Amino acid sequence: MKRMNNKIKGGLLVGTSALSVVIIVAVVVIILLVIILQGKDRLTWEFLTAFPENGMTEGGIFPAIYGTLLMVLIMTLAAVPFGTLTAIYMSEYANESSIISKSIRFAVRTLATVPSIIFGLFGLGFFIKFVGGGMDSMFLGGQLKWGQPNILWASLTMALLTLPVVIVSVEEAIRTVPRELREASLALGATRWQTIRKVVLPGSKAGILTGTILAVSRGAGEVAPILFTGAAYYLATLPHSLSDQFMSLGYHVYIMATQSANVDETLPIQFATTLVLLLLTFSLNMVAVVIRYRFRKKNK
Amino acid sequence: MNSEPFIKPGFTKESLKKKFRLSEFISEKVISSTAFLTVGLILLIFIFVFKETLPIFHQHKEVKTRTEQNVTDKPISYGETAESESRPEVYGMETEVQPTMEERYGADNRKEEIVGISNLLGTEWQPVSENPRFGLLPLLVGTVKITLISILFAAPIAIMAALFSAAFAPSWLRELIKPVVELLAGFPSVVIGFFALMVMATFFQDLFGYGARLNAFVGGIAMALAAIPIIFTVTEDVMTAVPSTYKEASLALGASKWQTAFFVTLPAATPGIFAAILLGIGRIFGETMIALMATGNAVLISANPFESVRTFAATIGAEMAEVVFGDTHYSVLFLIGSLLFIFTFSLNAIAEFYVKSRLIKRFQGKVS
Repeated sequence: MKRMNNKIKGGLLVGTSALSVVIIVAVVVIILLVIILQGKDRLTWEFLTAFPENGMTEGGIFPAIYGTLLMVLIMTLAAVPFGTLTAIYMSEYANESSIISKSIRFAVRTLATVPSIIFGLFGLGFFIKFVGGGMDSMFLGGQLKWGQPNILWASLTMALLTLPVVIVSVEEAIRTVPRELREASLALGATRWQTIRKVVLPGSKAGILTGTILAVSRGAGEVAPILFTGAAYYLATLPHSLSDQFMSLGYHVYIMATQSANVDETLPIQFATTLVLLLLTFSLNMVAVVIRYRFRKKNK
Repeated sequence: MNSEPFIKPGFTKESLKKKFRLSEFISEKVISSTAFLTVGLILLIFIFVFKETLPIFHQHKEVKTRTEQNVTDKPISYGETAESESRPEVYGMETEVQPTMEERYGADNRKEEIVGISNLLGTEWQPVSENPRFGLLPLLVGTVKITLISILFAAPIAIMAALFSAAFAPSWLRELIKPVVELLAGFPSVVIGFFALMVMATFFQDLFGYGARLNAFVGGIAMALAAIPIIFTVTEDVMTAVPSTYKEASLALGASKWQTAFFVTLPAATPGIFAAILLGIGRIFGETMIALMATGNAVLISANPFESVRTFAATIGAEMAEVVFGDTHYSVLFLIGSLLFIFTFSLNAIAEFYVKSRLIKRFQGKVS
């Protein structure tokens, strides 16, 4: 009897835990299917390359794609060098048990868990009001140019958000470079910096690339940090300078789904835009996974 | 020659000393200062988010400026202009020296004294009206309610799934489960929010037949989708880190596989699971886009899960774009941001320090 009981309990435990996995998988599949099926009809070449028309009820989403890519590019230029240098410090210079190293590690983890909306507030308070406002009053005599939302501030805000992604993945890659290679380089008379530049960094190129791609994928999808640091509802022209606002895919989805006058009419456009955003982030993630997989295999 | 046997002619002790190289020096300094900047960044975020909330606590000054100007029949001007044309130092000193005066002024102008502790603790959130009310209570209730609903869905599913992956699944299956969870983590929250708004809301309304299409329940489930990957990943990591000697000992004593999983692996991993849940709560608490899109955003205090709610994060997201820089509403939104930041920061700190040290001790067998 007890044996039976045990069997039932065991079956129940395995069953519920397996069910949980099934639920997760099912949810992912359903979301993907719904968005693909609803969005695919509207997804044409013209949709990707045309401007919105008729108050965004027709036409394409080219400015949003362009804006997202431009924002992500500027973000990468800021986040990747910064993140890579921090990762180099953590793995090559820092004494693992020192307070400094520990506090940097804690800071990176904290940065990764700060809610994205807080980055938006920080971008507003620091970049726009403090830095931008300061630049205006110093160089432009108080004329409003930098002290308002624009693509530069949005990109930098996003760079802060994606910084931990870069740091973690670059550091992981740097640590896989064998110690013997470093020692060989040092024994040949190379200095520490020469060793880092000529041995460590080339050996962790794949990791830097993976980190960059993951950061781009994350940055392309986030909306909360750019809500009030630079994203615009509708712009007739593409951003020409760093002080222009921009349209972004995620923000476009949000605004079309919640604030537009005729939500039902534009539903196909919304699904198609969401599909484009998903394709962008997923294909990037996929590339990162493949690079990382090949890199790990090579290192084994 | 005898005293320095290993040094070839031409080398001296001096020449073998580590040379000072400028490039070496510069590169090290640049790299380390960049790394320190990360710590500085956290401080900067703290400072700048708090800084913008400060005007709330200096409200009385502005009120006072206004009344004095009314008395002297000058044209009324507000904010910075008023402060710059009147001598600010003097006012600052006065308020410091005579707190009773300022209290009186506050009392005289009760209608103008728009933010006080009682207002912030009120039950009404009407920031844009004749007599603005900044009661944070309904927002707090909404945030807590949605966090509860969400974690009640996310935690069991994620933990059980992690248990399955760590204890029961064969390795090929585990290699399949992980990418799927990563895929779920890769959904931008605006996409989950959009899905919840367009598909889930309708589905659940048809299923349960409640009134408000967008409500705490729909929002909570959508946020659970965002929290599941975090809870799953952390839990799974901890479970696979449980020393295999534990499991082997249990199996050797005759326990079955599920008994080992339930009575050995799971209890050994509790501190880690606790940390995972804390991180999940932090994620849900600060989630903005899903809250904005799927919760209905009505400011209500109710225990009914099928009523619309508005969260802290959604309030910031929805209203920050429309406020006037520097006015009270703006500062209150930053105050909400500070609260969010403090809360998630503490959660992270607890998860990091307390739980990890417990876990390490437990795995090393120091605490039974």
